[in-house]
Amino acid sequence: MYTVADLRKGLKVTLDGDPYLVIAFDFAKPGKGQALYRTKLRNMITGVILDRTYRSGETFEPASLEERKMQFLYKEDDHYCFMDNQTYEQVHVSEAAMGDAKNYLTDNLPVSILLFREKAIGVDIPNFVNLRVTQTDPWAKGDTSGSDSKPATVETGYVLRVPPFIEEGELITIDTRTGEYSTRVKG
Amino acid sequence: MNGNWSLAARRNALTARAAIIQEIRRFFVEGGYLEVETPLRIPAPAPEAHIDAIPADGWFLQTSPELCMKRMLAAGYDRLFQVCRCWRAEERGRLHLSEFTMLEWYRANADYRDIMTDCEGLVRALAASLARGNAIRYRGNTIELAGEWERLTVREAFDRYSEISMEEALALDRFDEIMVESIEPKLGMERPTFIHDYPASRGALARLKADDSSVAERFELYIGGLELANAFSELNDPVEQRRRFEQEAALRGELRRQVYPLSEPFLAELATMPPSAGIALGVDRLVMVLLDAARIDDVVAFTPEEL
Repeated sequence: MYTVADLRKGLKVTLDGDPYLVIAFDFAKPGKGQALYRTKLRNMITGVILDRTYRSGETFEPASLEERKMQFLYKEDDHYCFMDNQTYEQVHVSEAAMGDAKNYLTDNLPVSILLFREKAIGVDIPNFVNLRVTQTDPWAKGDTSGSDSKPATVETGYVLRVPPFIEEGELITIDTRTGEYSTRVKG
Repeated sequence: MNGNWSLAARRNALTARAAIIQEIRRFFVEGGYLEVETPLRIPAPAPEAHIDAIPADGWFLQTSPELCMKRMLAAGYDRLFQVCRCWRAEERGRLHLSEFTMLEWYRANADYRDIMTDCEGLVRALAASLARGNAIRYRGNTIELAGEWERLTVREAFDRYSEISMEEALALDRFDEIMVESIEPKLGMERPTFIHDYPASRGALARLKADDSSVAERFELYIGGLELANAFSELNDPVEQRRRFEQEAALRGELRRQVYPLSEPFLAELATMPPSAGIALGVDRLVMVLLDAARIDDVVAFTPEEL
């Protein structure tokens, strides 16, 4: 059982029997009013998106999903293909159901495929992934302000803000929960 | 070289924040206000149904300097301001930090309309000091600061932006949800908005309107959909104030929240407080609006998660 204090992006809950993914979350408190927990929830089966506001004290059932460790193989048209390394079974996940995870997929990345009534409806990826920077403008030498960031494209095509000292070809760690730069990988 | 990059990346925001706070002080000092420092740890926070204080060695960290500042008004100090830390338990989100910076100012012989005028002057002065001119950009919207700002009653806001009236929302216990979902996102988008005359039940320290006792002389200032400040024409009737505090304390009891002791010195001295008005303005959010920052995290040196 979850409470409103557990709500965060990425949490999976059951509403009216269906599994839902929290895709946006914010805490609100309108002038001297009560605490409200605003969520945007995506139905993991139909893709329908709901806006729901909860109050303190409300509780949620976790989504009842089966998790299976698999590896990413390839993308084809609008779906992504994964393989179970033990059974060699392959499953497809639609692009819509991939959510932000598609920004971080590289060959052989270990992931958890989420199944509901035997059907693959989503994917969990590690909280941190290492990706190589394929394009970013050079840092002007002598700029020691350290107070700016610049855009960088990583090998999956995802674009994010990085510190100015990051150079093309470097490996960086990204926090997949926020989509933000975390650290530079040395060596 | 790696260091704490996200802290290093806040240099511009923290530099501007420091300049904004200097400019706030200059604005009030030039306006004849006395800067004061009242204790941060207090024995008796004002009882408000949905604001929780953090216990500190038998007393509490203040949720606002309001009661001490009103005691100073009652003692004859007629123009006061303070920039200080306040704490509210379990408030954390894109616009919330449990420990945050508050600006409060109070004026004797004034009402909430005078405070609206102060807000207009203050924000214009701050925008000018940052060379923002008469308009600021916040999250893609251009917000015009020149000319009189929008003044909308809470009742009018419900009529304009919600499917049900203010009275229906109160009766259905949907007031807060409608505020957050339907009204707040529309406020202060083209020019800042003062939303005023709140239901009497939602202004425990505010004076009721003379010609309509169903509403209190309370306003909130919104810029770019962000709630920045809460102001009142201050209630200065000690009997009525005690009754309201007891009502809020009873409500806290029903909600199974800690009931604080009443501030007896405040209630005793309130009788000598002249008709006054005051305001509490969230400095972090004001900095967000002036710097076009998406999150409160972007304008403070450390969030609790970084400690």
